[in-house]
Formats: sequence, structure tokens, C-alpha cells
Amino acid sequence: MTPRNFLVRGLLAGFIASLFSFAVAYTVGEPQVDAAIAVEEANAAAPADATAEHSDGHSHSHADEDAEAGGTEVSREKQSTLGLATGILTVGTALGGVIGLASAFAVGRIGRLRPSQSTALVALVGYVSFSLVPFLKYPANPPAVGSGDTIGDRTLYYFIVQGIAILAAIVAVLVARRLLDRIGTYRTVLATAGGYLVVVIVMALAMPTVNELGDFPADTLWYFRLASLLTNVTLWAGIGIVLVGLIGRLYEQESVKAARRELAASL
Amino acid sequence: MSQVTATPEVEIPAIPVAQLAPWAAFVFLVAAIVLFFISADQGAVSIPSGTAIHEWVHDGRHLLGFPCH
Repeated sequence: MTPRNFLVRGLLAGFIASLFSFAVAYTVGEPQVDAAIAVEEANAAAPADATAEHSDGHSHSHADEDAEAGGTEVSREKQSTLGLATGILTVGTALGGVIGLASAFAVGRIGRLRPSQSTALVALVGYVSFSLVPFLKYPANPPAVGSGDTIGDRTLYYFIVQGIAILAAIVAVLVARRLLDRIGTYRTVLATAGGYLVVVIVMALAMPTVNELGDFPADTLWYFRLASLLTNVTLWAGIGIVLVGLIGRLYEQESVKAARRELAASL
Repeated sequence: MSQVTATPEVEIPAIPVAQLAPWAAFVFLVAAIVLFFISADQGAVSIPSGTAIHEWVHDGRHLLGFPCH
């Protein structure tokens, strides 16, 4: 059990999970992205001053508008295949590495959990704090939703929520470690999960609400957000499942080796 | 849970923090940079200027749930 072992397995788990996540994003998510862009183009075609809204250089496939704004054109076909794969594979592999090393920290430090169990806990807590909590407060928006003027604020809000959710999760795990021996597993989990929930809810209530939906169709919005949720769930579940399997096997192999060494020493 | 009883009560050895720290520092840094380029670059902040990276990872950013535009 070395940091290297965990990092290698984490990166591998991240890469494999990314492939599944890409498959979900491509099949479930892309039709909704296309539907949203169709809405955006219909809206842009109606009012004459639509080009002004796009002068922030953001585009999808508006080649003519783009030339005016000086933006870079990437075709929809590339965005939805190679572009999507680039985004998910790099984020997924990097996350896998981080989760791998976080699991290396957790091994042997959380009660009597075996390495595969503590790794599963890291993946679960990681998903809730890194992905689920930010999503619940600031859910994913399809193209055509959101004003270019507020992107700075919205990006900042998103990462504040994510940062607090992660910090609170780390604190909750550290507190749980101390409570375990004193009040037992059941009460520890109740107390720390409950405490985490309170912190996250208070934060969510304190953070500003963003609503820039306008008259965007509700069904497309729902299906898009569901697709985004599934993409992230697939990524995290994939990382968790693959990494738990790999770490469990690693621990078994090391245990066997250690037992052999002990036996040899006793002879 | 039959495995629990099958496994003797052994202390799981923790990896010393000193051994983990350099790996963690490097990987967290790299991950932060990767996340920045996929999630936020050329939206709220632009390094380098332009929209090439933003457009390239556009769909991934939307579907991974980051604010895009």
C-alpha cells in the first residue's frame, strides 16, 4: 500500500469511468443539448437585435455571428464528440487521481474500515460534496439559458458552494473519526451526516438564487438536467466501483504477501 | 458480512502523511488546473484570451454541470 499504488489505480478508474460517462453524456445528454440550441437559434432568429446578445463571443454554430464577434468556431459535430470526450476524459481521469490519493489518506484512518470500504466511503462523500450539493443548489443549465453578463457571478457562486460542501465533508469525516470510539458507528454516522446536512442547507439558503430561465421549455430543461445528473453519477459511480475493486484486490495480495513473510520469519 | 468474521482483527496500516504529501500536493495541483480549463476558462476568466478551449469543451462543460454562459 503506497501512494503510487493508489494514484495509478485512481487514474485508471477515472479513465474507465470517463468512458462510461461519455457514453451516457453522448446518448442521453447530446439530444437535449441539440434541442436547447434549437431553442436558442429560434429565439435568436426572432428579434433583430439578437446578434448583440452573442457579442460575448460565445457561440454554438452561428458562423456568421462568430465572424463578427471574432470568436473561434468549433462545429457542433466536434463539440458533441471529440470536444465532449476531451472534457469528460480529462476531468474524469483527474478526479480519479484525486480520489485515489484521498483514498490513500483514508486507508487505516477511519475506524476499522478495510481499504476497500474506506475507498468506497471516499467516493461516496466525494460525489455528494463535489457534485451533488453544487448541482442541487445551482443545477446544470443547457445552452440558451443564462445571461453572459452574470457568468462571472454564477461561476463564483458555483465554486463557493462546491468549496464549502467539500470543506464541510472533510470536517465531518474528521469529527466522525473522533466520535467513533466514543458513541459507536450508528450514532456517529447519524450525528455527522446530520451535521453536514444542516451546514449544507444553511449555506444553500444563504447563497443567492439564480433564475435566468425566461421562457425556456420546461421539458427540455428537465431532460437536460437529468442527463447532466446521470453523466456525473455515472462518472462517480464508475470511479467508485472500479477503484474499490482494484484496491480490494491490492489489499488481498498484500495481505497474502505479509502472511507469507510472517510464516517465513517464524520458521 | 460473512467476510468480516472470516478476517481476523488486524490493524489496517495507514500510509504516513509525510509519504503521501508530495503526491497529494502534485496531483491536487494538476487536477485544479485541469478542472479550471474545462470548467471555467474563457467563460468568467480567459487564459489565454479567445474562445477556442471554451468552444472545444463546450458540451462537456454543460453536461458536467458547470456554469457555461
